[in-house]
Amino acid sequence: MNTFLQQIVNGLSLGSIYALIALGYTMVYGVLRLINFAHGDVYMVGAYVGYYLSRKMAGREPSFVSAFIVMLGAMAACALLGLVIERLAYRPVRRASRLTLLITAIGVSLFLENGGQLVFGPDPKFFPSLAPHFDFLVADVRLTSEQTTVIGVSFLLMILLRLFIMKTRTGKAMRAVSFNLDAAKLMGISTDWIIAVTFALGSALAAAAGVLIGMQIPKIDPLMGIIYGLKAFVAAVLGGIGNVPGAVLGGLLIGISEVMVVGYLSSTYRDAIAFGILILVLLLRPQGILGRVQKEKV
Amino acid sequence: MRLRSLAWVAAAAMALPALGCGKGRTTDEILIGEYGSLTGGIATFGISTKNGSTMAFDEINSAGGILGKKFKLLVEDDQSKPEEAGTVVTKLINQNHVLAVIGQVASSHSLAAAPICQANNIPMVSPSSTNPRVTQVGDYIFRVCFIDPFQGAVMAKFATNTLKAKRVAILVDVRSDYSVGLQTFFREQFKQLGGQIVSEQSYSQGDSDFRAQLTQIKAINPDAIYVPGYYTEVGTIARQARELGIPSTVPLLGGDGWDSPKLWEIGGAALNGCYLSNHYSVDDPSPLVQKFVADYKARFKEVPDALAALGYDAAKILADAMSRAGSTDGAKVRDALAATKDFAGVTGKITINKDRNAIKPAVVLKVENGKFVYVETVTP
Amino acid sequence: MKGFLLAVAVVAVLYAANAVFTGALGAGLAMSPYLLQVICLAGINIILAVSLNLINGFTGQFSIGHAGFMAIGAYTSAYVTVNFGDRVHSVLSFLPSAASDGALLLVALAAGALLAAIAGFFVGVPSLRLRGDYLAIVTLGFGEIIRVFILNIDAVGGARGFSGIPKIASFFWIYLFAALTIVVVYRIVHSSFGRTLIAIREDEIAAEAMGVDTTRSKVISFVVSSAMAGVGGGLFGHYLMYLHTNSFTFLKSIEIIIMIVIGGLGSITGSVLGAVLYITLTEGFREFAQYRMVLFSLMLVIIMIVRPQGILGHREFVSFLTRRRRLPAAPSAPLQS
Repeated sequence: MNTFLQQIVNGLSLGSIYALIALGYTMVYGVLRLINFAHGDVYMVGAYVGYYLSRKMAGREPSFVSAFIVMLGAMAACALLGLVIERLAYRPVRRASRLTLLITAIGVSLFLENGGQLVFGPDPKFFPSLAPHFDFLVADVRLTSEQTTVIGVSFLLMILLRLFIMKTRTGKAMRAVSFNLDAAKLMGISTDWIIAVTFALGSALAAAAGVLIGMQIPKIDPLMGIIYGLKAFVAAVLGGIGNVPGAVLGGLLIGISEVMVVGYLSSTYRDAIAFGILILVLLLRPQGILGRVQKEKV
Repeated sequence: MRLRSLAWVAAAAMALPALGCGKGRTTDEILIGEYGSLTGGIATFGISTKNGSTMAFDEINSAGGILGKKFKLLVEDDQSKPEEAGTVVTKLINQNHVLAVIGQVASSHSLAAAPICQANNIPMVSPSSTNPRVTQVGDYIFRVCFIDPFQGAVMAKFATNTLKAKRVAILVDVRSDYSVGLQTFFREQFKQLGGQIVSEQSYSQGDSDFRAQLTQIKAINPDAIYVPGYYTEVGTIARQARELGIPSTVPLLGGDGWDSPKLWEIGGAALNGCYLSNHYSVDDPSPLVQKFVADYKARFKEVPDALAALGYDAAKILADAMSRAGSTDGAKVRDALAATKDFAGVTGKITINKDRNAIKPAVVLKVENGKFVYVETVTP
Repeated sequence: MKGFLLAVAVVAVLYAANAVFTGALGAGLAMSPYLLQVICLAGINIILAVSLNLINGFTGQFSIGHAGFMAIGAYTSAYVTVNFGDRVHSVLSFLPSAASDGALLLVALAAGALLAAIAGFFVGVPSLRLRGDYLAIVTLGFGEIIRVFILNIDAVGGARGFSGIPKIASFFWIYLFAALTIVVVYRIVHSSFGRTLIAIREDEIAAEAMGVDTTRSKVISFVVSSAMAGVGGGLFGHYLMYLHTNSFTFLKSIEIIIMIVIGGLGSITGSVLGAVLYITLTEGFREFAQYRMVLFSLMLVIIMIVRPQGILGHREFVSFLTRRRRLPAAPSAPLQS
């Protein structure tokens, strides 16, 4: 029984990682209807920025303050990166066909992966511990402080993001753009600005994920964004793409099912399970668990 | 618009002939080709090997070379893709006219390239492909490392005799032929010695979360865990094992894939008290090893791992065979390589047996505060 | 009759070229084996690119799982030659060895194509109900699942890779099948069924309203394309003599996509050009190995921005020279969905 409980905890902790990355995905998709393939790679860049920043702060005692500073730095850097990607790559093709957008996104993703290998080096790097480490132990079920932080932060960000989208003016504009870009423009919303903000915010979220996950799983490498990015995308679809609480729910569900499959069946089906879930969801409930049905328009 | 497209085509056509121009044979240099993964997932292995072999050839050259000629090493990148290994070796042999080939670390890449060397009668020396089938490709294929059955058996013996372990769990990387090979031979030998494999879990290269597997292993409470993977994952595995409360009295055991300065960086204190089998120990007091370590550190600013040492030995053995053969002719070099006996390499005394494998001892090392401390030598 | 003569001529030319390149007519005429290998790999890429273009270019569905079908073809046909090769050879012992090798290759490729087609059917039926981005991700997922599945089959080597495959594919066979692929895709595209596919590409909903059974058409094009990818994979294995699942990751699929995007989505000659250009650039820039992929990805983005239809777009290369034979012109204004 303890083993099973531990597996649930493992699943929650893995799922919260997917959830964190899925938040950025779902936001960009919600506004632009674009699978930002490069999102996973922005997450990777975020982790590396965090890595270099924390090396700069080497010698200081691990504390929540320094962890916070590193995280803010990485978020700022990636927000900038997101803006640059949006301006240089996505904006020129925004009005082109979906296929063009998708191929552009794949191109950007490949560029970040290969550029990352060039700039950061292809070998894995070790992410230093930034915050003090301690374990929670309840009835032989263990949870580290890093895991708790990741779970906590993904819920916190989910709530903040939801508030931002629902309560602020910019959030309202975002919803308008996501509903109908042209109509939003006619209403006087600066759509370029809103889309840029969306990208900056989404990329900052990815960077936060990069740093937090770096603290939990300290091995970072330039190709790590690929698989996490894909799984996070599946999570976003499962929860209902464009839906913020859905992303978190989807992430947790994927995490738990993955851990259960690995623990009780075989690890070889690990990647198959996420895609299997995706296929099932798309066939049975394409709008996702929390999503709303959208009519296809001609 | 049409003109612009045609310009593209013309540019492409112009790029084509660039492929055709090869370099002719030069007489004052001995060209050696090396293929390795310099980019992609297993790039660190290729880079270490390249560093080692480059250093070896430079040493030989500065001592005057052999047969009155100097070595020139051409290194090609196979981007960590097995099928690229075949292409780059064809290029090295037919385009650059290399006289011998060094490579690769990953057995799957060596297996892709070996038939090409064999068909062209070009000797190939693999520094560190430990899968038995590599040298079975043909009589031009050699290696300077021990093979998986031996390494798996070494750890099984060590676990039984020295650690007195009875119940061992295995965590294997199913995407790596190397890891699966070690697992198979460890399991066989360990059972023969009366031990019991209590759990077999698996993961895939590139994974970063192993808690699910480790939780299952923890529930069984084994004496030791055999993790024959690469350092890129092992560090994380160790860390997560300790986080899940698998006590440090349960050591992780592994093979030469662990060997990298990065292992400690990633795994940290969680690795203390773990053991690995390896080709050589940096602490080996022999002057040969100490000189190699010092030179390597001076040149590349890091402690050489086993792959660097094997790259170095592969180059040295190849040069030795060429000078003994008195020729760079493929068949003669092959015969000289096959006759290699008691060659004093950094990774021990190397003798090539009739299967073109190196017969040499393995060492067992213990991880202690970031260092690999020598424990014992296991001879074949 | 004209077609038949043309076919015979193509076979004869390829056969003669093969003999010259491999040095059968004197070593002086032989091509450098490296160059020959590059040309052969280009041929395999042509098969893959042209077949993928049928889905991505002409039908307008975006698949990123082509490497998976290629893997099925490669492993199936290699399994056939390795395990039943001797039997086929003994039955055909009255033939010269080159001919019986050829027959064996044909049997193996047929098996590979068949299995790839079946897989294409089972993947296509559920996923082709999806559109655009979702289809892309699902095909990517299926491609990876196929790879994981093969990795766990011990009979084809699993993680060790599949070695000991006889080298019975040659320049002749590769280019014969490349020519065949081009002809088949050309015939499909210029048939009434091809118009259906192009109608789906241009506007799926309108096509459906006009009475086109879109799912059926999409599945057929997917199955045909998968079968051809299977042939490409079979030739790949029998040319390189070794297979490993790491050769069939989704990066391989993306490589093929890069080829057709460079050449032109919806242009057969474009994908041939793209395949040749891709391999020329990869081999030509070998010295700059580290920068290669950076360059390609940058190229992908720039082409999408500057000329999203690829170098040739929907047009065929021949039309630049003769100004005839255009494919149904596509609207130049991109669609918005």
